[in-house]
Amino acid sequence: MSDLSVKAAPPTVDIETPFARFAADYCGSWIAMAALAIVVVLIAVSLLAPLIVPQNPYDLSQISIFDNMLAPGERSMEGRLYLLGTDDQGRDMLSAMFYGLKLSFFVGIVSTALALAIGVTFGIMAAYFGGRIDSTIMRVVDLQLSFPAILIALILLALLGKGIDKVVIALVAVQWAYYARTIRGGALVERQREYIDAAQNLALPAHRIIFRHLLPNCLPPLVVVATIQVAHAISLEATLSFLGVGVPITEPSLGLLIANGYKYILSGKYWISVYPGLLLLLTILAINLVGDRLRDLLNPRLKA
Amino acid sequence: MVAFLIRRIGQSIFVILAMAALVFLGVFLIGNPIDVLLAPDADQIERAQAIERLGLDKPLWQQFLIFLLDLARGDLGTSFVHGTSAVGLILERLPATMELAFVALTLAIVVGIPLGVIAGLRRESWLGRTIMTGSIVGFSLPNFWFGIMLILCFAVTLQWLPAGGRGPTGSLFGVELSLLNPAGWPNLLMPALTLAIYKVSLVIRLAYSGTREAMLQDYVRFARATGLSPQRILGVHVLKNILIPIVTVLGLELGSMIAFAVVTESVFAWPGIGKLLIDSIARLDRPVIVAYLMIVVALFALINLVVDILYSVLDPRVRLSDTGN
Repeated sequence: MSDLSVKAAPPTVDIETPFARFAADYCGSWIAMAALAIVVVLIAVSLLAPLIVPQNPYDLSQISIFDNMLAPGERSMEGRLYLLGTDDQGRDMLSAMFYGLKLSFFVGIVSTALALAIGVTFGIMAAYFGGRIDSTIMRVVDLQLSFPAILIALILLALLGKGIDKVVIALVAVQWAYYARTIRGGALVERQREYIDAAQNLALPAHRIIFRHLLPNCLPPLVVVATIQVAHAISLEATLSFLGVGVPITEPSLGLLIANGYKYILSGKYWISVYPGLLLLLTILAINLVGDRLRDLLNPRLKA
Repeated sequence: MVAFLIRRIGQSIFVILAMAALVFLGVFLIGNPIDVLLAPDADQIERAQAIERLGLDKPLWQQFLIFLLDLARGDLGTSFVHGTSAVGLILERLPATMELAFVALTLAIVVGIPLGVIAGLRRESWLGRTIMTGSIVGFSLPNFWFGIMLILCFAVTLQWLPAGGRGPTGSLFGVELSLLNPAGWPNLLMPALTLAIYKVSLVIRLAYSGTREAMLQDYVRFARATGLSPQRILGVHVLKNILIPIVTVLGLELGSMIAFAVVTESVFAWPGIGKLLIDSIARLDRPVIVAYLMIVVALFALINLVVDILYSVLDPRVRLSDTGN
């Protein structure tokens, strides 16, 4: 990786590639480094969940109702240790949380990637072609952004019904407009530049100018928005599942685990809702801190 | 100004009509209300009669016109569950939600602006850093979980505050409000805080970046040069300028608070329109869902209108550039 980038750099100026300089800048904040490390560890843990957790909490043959409501640190009748306790069905909380985390990342990343693709396509078309295409697309974007994401997602899911695929559809539907607006802002500035004029004078096809020349120059603000939107999507999925309109109860979701713990909160069984929420908070916080650092580095206005 | 107002009101009406069309298409076409309304053993003749009675045999555009006329009359049908007017149900619960949103908004302003200004002035100090890190935590807190943690802390463990419900209210012109009755304040505290926490973070960030930018401006330097006291520079010159974005964003966020009250009200069993919406979705109470959506859309259009007008009053530059078109 580093070999390749060193060769690609112009030998006269300096050896450092833009990416290497950016990475070095990023490492300037230990909070941001820690946050990035946490995100990487959490993704690894969620991917490896089936291998590292003590039980599969969604396999009925592996859980026993006799082990229900065990407090953190208690042992089951067979002597198995439950570090974070069990819920009302005798599931190991730790295992259920890691399975839930996997779903959180899946929903967050997939919906963000799809929304990014759709939003970027519409936003950059609006900026490049202008005129009626621009005003039509942006009117839809403005209309949608004047309504809170949670409300649109809630109503869509009320119409579509429960399911992971439906949650992803709802999250894509609420997110694409952010990207469309973000990239349009950047692309409007970029298309005034000489290199676009040059590409147009070469009679390159519009799709080539848009995707090969215009798009790469509009990426930095998108990276920031996309990072923060992953956190937002994870939070929304948990919220919708908590409200009972997200994923069905047969699927592992941190929001559903917390909703389940909420039922027992008044009887003092705190661990069922506290630990999944802490994991959710840690995940969202770490992603937001990474996004915050990226924004500081990529925003030229803050560079004094 | 008059031309601006007329155009802006026209836009609001367009938004309401567009949303009415979307709600109409979404709710009335995706599911068939006949299946919900009729007994399962109804025969073909009863079915046909019901379709005719509900006007479902008419062409789509006629049905939409009838829907709009009903909407204008404020009649959106009867709740399947409660057996009373759907619009009436929403209006009855609207004060509880509005009260919650306004208290949360006030909290966000009273707590957020001072913290943000301090962080903006003392950017490098530990206090400034703590405030800004805290605001990121506030952004990241899953709202519903924060509410549950408050219940766990203050209602279950310490037993200082009630875990849910609205508590006693006072009456003003026939509207029941918790603020008017001190006995109802403890019930209001935790839901309002839960709803406010995200907005507090938002206000901190806005006030922070506003203060940072304003302190570098020439007018602040000149004000210093003329020997004005720091308090006056901050309280009059800086604050006035950072208030513009905060007023706009908070105005728009009032709408999102009303929407987010769905979550808070569910956690705290607060009897507002958000809880009504969730219950209605769970029970497929279609008239109530439609009534909620149309009233909330109208409310949002109104809020956006007021914010735009306020904005042009606060910042004359906006008004000038807008009427120039």
